Amino acid sequence: MPRIGVFVCQCGNNIAATVDTKKVAEEMGKLPGVVYTCDYKFMCSSPGQEMLRQAIKENKLDGIIVSACSPHMHEKTFRKAAEGAGLNPYQCEITNIREQCSWVHHDKTKAAGTVKSIDLTRMTIQRLKKNQPLKKIKIPVKKKAMVIGGGIAGIQAALDIAEGGREVILVEKEPSIGGNMARLSETFPTMDCSQCILTPKMVEAELNENITLYTYSEVEKVDGYIGNFTVTVRRKSKYVDEERCTGCGECIEKCPFKVDSQFELGLNKRKVIYTPFPQSVPNVPVIDAPNCTKIQKDKCGACAIVCGPKCIDFKMEDKLVTEEVGAIVVATGYQNMPNERFGEYGYGRIKDVISGMQFERLASSSGPTGGEIRRPSDGKIPQSVVFIQCVGSRDEKKGVSYCSKICCMYTAKHTKLYSHKVHGGQSYVFYMDIRSGGKRYEEFVRGAIEHEGAMYLRGRVSRVYEKNGKIMVQGADTLSGNQVEIEADMVVLATAVVSRDGADTLAQRLGIGYDKYKFYNEYHPKLKPVETVTAGIYLAGTCMGPMDIPESVAQGSAAASKVLALFSADEMAREPITSVVNRTTCNACWDCVTACPYTAIEREAIKDRQGNVVRWVAKVNDGVCQGCGVCVAACRSKSIDLKGYTDEQVFAAINAF
Amino acid sequence: MKIRIANDDIQSLEVRRLERVSGEDVKRCYQCGNCSGGCPVSYAMEIPPTKVMRFLQLGNIEDVRKANTMWLCVGCLQCYSRCPQGVSVAAILEGLRQEVLRKGASKTEVRDVPFPFLKKAPQQAIVCGFRKFVG
Repeated sequence: MPRIGVFVCQCGNNIAATVDTKKVAEEMGKLPGVVYTCDYKFMCSSPGQEMLRQAIKENKLDGIIVSACSPHMHEKTFRKAAEGAGLNPYQCEITNIREQCSWVHHDKTKAAGTVKSIDLTRMTIQRLKKNQPLKKIKIPVKKKAMVIGGGIAGIQAALDIAEGGREVILVEKEPSIGGNMARLSETFPTMDCSQCILTPKMVEAELNENITLYTYSEVEKVDGYIGNFTVTVRRKSKYVDEERCTGCGECIEKCPFKVDSQFELGLNKRKVIYTPFPQSVPNVPVIDAPNCTKIQKDKCGACAIVCGPKCIDFKMEDKLVTEEVGAIVVATGYQNMPNERFGEYGYGRIKDVISGMQFERLASSSGPTGGEIRRPSDGKIPQSVVFIQCVGSRDEKKGVSYCSKICCMYTAKHTKLYSHKVHGGQSYVFYMDIRSGGKRYEEFVRGAIEHEGAMYLRGRVSRVYEKNGKIMVQGADTLSGNQVEIEADMVVLATAVVSRDGADTLAQRLGIGYDKYKFYNEYHPKLKPVETVTAGIYLAGTCMGPMDIPESVAQGSAAASKVLALFSADEMAREPITSVVNRTTCNACWDCVTACPYTAIEREAIKDRQGNVVRWVAKVNDGVCQGCGVCVAACRSKSIDLKGYTDEQVFAAINAF
Repeated sequence: MKIRIANDDIQSLEVRRLERVSGEDVKRCYQCGNCSGGCPVSYAMEIPPTKVMRFLQLGNIEDVRKANTMWLCVGCLQCYSRCPQGVSVAAILEGLRQEVLRKGASKTEVRDVPFPFLKKAPQQAIVCGFRKFVG
């Protein structure tokens, strides 16, 4: 016979106002197996908890029920108190008689509330009788992290983890770390030069002993679970031996072939053997194999001839590296929506219609024009520039419905840079709303308008066309109520921030969620902003949605602090509420495998003594399982049960009703 | 109406001169509409105060000159006291009136005002009226 104790909480007047707690306790005492009952004003207070511990010890209770508030509030508190009295914490169950009973009853005679509380508590008692003592799951943690993406968010995360004394692998797809920020000219609202604040961090990441850089590499495969991930990284062939290369740049000098530079967004050419930009980290060139005549046709090879340390190897192949890490930070960043999608703005058709990022390169002192604003078609200095905001953003039909958040600010910055560099030039900005929420942001935009003379016109541009060598911009100014036509020398489009190509593939490899725009989902938009549904994988920066540099950096640091907290203990304890498969009845239909949102279910082979596979069954990985119960519902042969919520327990509770 | 804007409109010298005369900066206005909202006579104005500011920002001083707005402004300074950016539309309209009056056009001579009217009108109205129309 079980020895159960029932503790009914009055919660001040929260429960006692509509529930006769004394009567509930008395009624429960009459049930078989219940040996102790009581009611008290605040069970969660320290005298209340002490009472609970005393009662467990004195009455040798083997299970307790606390009828009180929602288990979300105090299940942990009471389970801990029960554990303190030597009881298995999972032998403590909570009945919710506050949110689900007293708060929704207004009957001051307490009749209805009391009857319902008695029913609810009785159900929990029957459920408790079927409980099995459970043990917390202990998982060993590998204290090494991987950061995917070497932009500013990834660099910050890697630096912070390294600073905390843990090893980090920083994986970057491009030949150099730095990401989108390396392209920017200056940064709002302080007008710091982007390169000047970024490159020291890049160099720091290269020199830090705890950080291993894997540039020109991509994540191929992710296995395992929190504390124990196995990641396969493809290290694409650079055709240059990283160890021996001195970064002298002789090979780049001698290479006779030029192609459009992706880093300069087609505004400039680069050699076929190249580093994306002069401050690249690591300062090791790579060969662009599809454009290299030596690799394609076995002609040339000039770079290999001039290379002093002889580190160029045209036969080099991709390498697959397997790394074991305990946590992963995803910081893969964003890209701009292709401007070609907006025919009405003439991008691609009219040479002097450029994107905001291209304007950044024009304004950058390390850019193709050395920081002078010259238009791409004839190199002339434009005397009037029209900036168009919300290109693709807030445009449900042709683009995306969300606001890209940074365009208002960087367009204001562009007008400032333009007025600094071209005296007497006039900038026009077509906008829908100015969204400048942030520290010193509104003042920055007002400064652009009032001090730098940018002309802001409220309205969208509907047409951009060429006439007599001028670009005609036709839009509206809703403030004066006029249709507006401007003759411009150059047009800059503030295109929408969108997720990277292949963001969905990576998310599937990692087992994390993403929205319809392929931005990664955080666990909770407010309270868990850098966690994902998959434990041990964290997010930082614009892979989650549009954000500016300060926010990305803050998230990089936040993700790093989560990783360091995870690494602070050798083992990690997890709730034992996980699924378990009955191997004798599992018929290997794999419905559970497809249903599981956490990829926690594996296929296990059952072998005979000779080692032949006799049959296959599903196996739940305790480290990954989050106890959601989807597999239980999906299983056709009823072979899966959720610990702590077994069918037996649930049916017992229903039968008691 | 379709308007064509060029650099000369935005950097209009006439508007710059009006700014110097009135001591206001038209670029300060961010078009919230508070001046038009509070103005006791904006309902009768051909171009309400907010739009006056917008027209001047776009360099369209001509339309503002043609409208009855500056003559209807009573100079109560409601617009100025409510403006979050501290712009006085009244001062700008005053500047526009001065421009017209100094050229001699539309100027009212004191002696042309009928004496019975002067005797009957409240003192405040006479002061305001002289300031506005006599120049």
